[in-house]
Amino acid sequence: MSPPIAPVGWSRWLVPPAALSIHLSIGQAYGWSVFKPPLEDALGLSGTQSALPFQLGIVMLGLSAAFGGTLVERRGPRWAMTVALVCFSSGFLLSALGAATQQFWLIVLGYGFVGGIGLGIGYISPVSTLIKWFPDRPGMATGIAIMGFGGGALIASPWSAQMLESFGSDSKGIALAFLVHGLSYAVFMLLGVLLVRVPRPRTEEQRANGSPAPAAGPQVSARQALRTPQFWLLWVVLCMNVTAGIGILEKAAPMITDFFAGTSTPVSVTAAAGFVALLSAANMAGRIGWSSTSDLIGRKNIYRVYLGAGTLMYALIALVGDSSKPLFVLCALVILSFYGGGFATIPAYLKDLFGTYQVGAIHGRLLTAWSTAGVLGPLIVNWIADRQEEAGKDGADLYGTSLLIMMGLLVIGFVANELVRPVHPSHHLGDVTAQKGAPDVRQQQSESA
Amino acid sequence: MSDSSSQSPPDVSTVKDRRPLIALTWLWVGAPLAYGLYELIRKATQLFTG
Repeated sequence: MSPPIAPVGWSRWLVPPAALSIHLSIGQAYGWSVFKPPLEDALGLSGTQSALPFQLGIVMLGLSAAFGGTLVERRGPRWAMTVALVCFSSGFLLSALGAATQQFWLIVLGYGFVGGIGLGIGYISPVSTLIKWFPDRPGMATGIAIMGFGGGALIASPWSAQMLESFGSDSKGIALAFLVHGLSYAVFMLLGVLLVRVPRPRTEEQRANGSPAPAAGPQVSARQALRTPQFWLLWVVLCMNVTAGIGILEKAAPMITDFFAGTSTPVSVTAAAGFVALLSAANMAGRIGWSSTSDLIGRKNIYRVYLGAGTLMYALIALVGDSSKPLFVLCALVILSFYGGGFATIPAYLKDLFGTYQVGAIHGRLLTAWSTAGVLGPLIVNWIADRQEEAGKDGADLYGTSLLIMMGLLVIGFVANELVRPVHPSHHLGDVTAQKGAPDVRQQQSESA
Repeated sequence: MSDSSSQSPPDVSTVKDRRPLIALTWLWVGAPLAYGLYELIRKATQLFTG
């Protein structure tokens, strides 16, 4: 399958919906928790067992993004979106078979392994294409797509819950729900497959005329990027930023309840659930808002804000968080918006440093920082909270050490960001190789109506 | 939202109007997102009313 080249008159504003149709679908992964209680009841599973399909899915996301990135660059976005569609949907269909026959291993294999490959390939599938179409606003373009991943859970959670209520929570009801999910997502994702186009390469004539390519600048291959300090510095930046965000996200509901337990304004369970929902909104808004802002103030500066101001927000929570509920909520919202922004801005940061040549593949490799943070963040917060509880502490005191550690991590990320410099020319590809596939977006934009 | 692609200055009469397709595709992804946001806001208000 060759990359689909845009015909004359194709609008670049058709590319974000293509990306969104994929990301809004695969973002369902974060809505998996809806299926956990019914699965535990229907198949007699423990909480740990019912989390297995999701956990394997996230592991496969990281692995397939890291190892499949170069293939995605070579085969193009339509191929990648097709793979994502087939894997993600057939993962649900296999899970439906597993639920119907009460074979839990089939659900793990289907949703976790097969579906997880769809998650990873789907996640990176539109990144490179979006950056090529929007060389003037790469932060905004990738922000739209990656916001979709956050939005996927917002759609899936109430939708899946409604479906289970209608079909029933027994194994047959779950199987039917999985079946409908698989088929619906296949239809929804098909838009992306059909719609996605890559900009046409520049013609020989345009190159001869000296018309500058939008992709001009440093071009570094994915293999070479791994040998640069810039890649690993950004790996640290992403890992620290995500770990700090997950630190709040993981314990949001018990944290706000504990912080105000001994005050005149305690937080109910219902209100805590509302707080968690608000954090999701901040996470999503940060993805598009901060990422778009990075186009104006620069990538290095926006990460200074995420990591520097994030540290201040954590300090405020640690020092005066339990004295004011609005202040606590505001700080947590800002931290979560930085968490989302950090995810969404990283592809544009990679493009600035390594060029568009294999930015999708480099992004895929960098997502291993996310997998690491996904383990680190919850581990730190839960382990420390448990130790503090054993030591007889309660309320806000349960989280003091965790908050300090999060601040330390953000400072490490801040320093790593400060150390980022332009990639040394010895890592750059030769002009001919890099410019060969450079798209003609500049020319295409100038003809906009 | 009107940037379009072309190799050389296109003949206006031959270039298709993509605006209906743009509207339709954004509606395709926007409608479920709006549903998700509506459910989110409904839940988030519990912080102030719960």
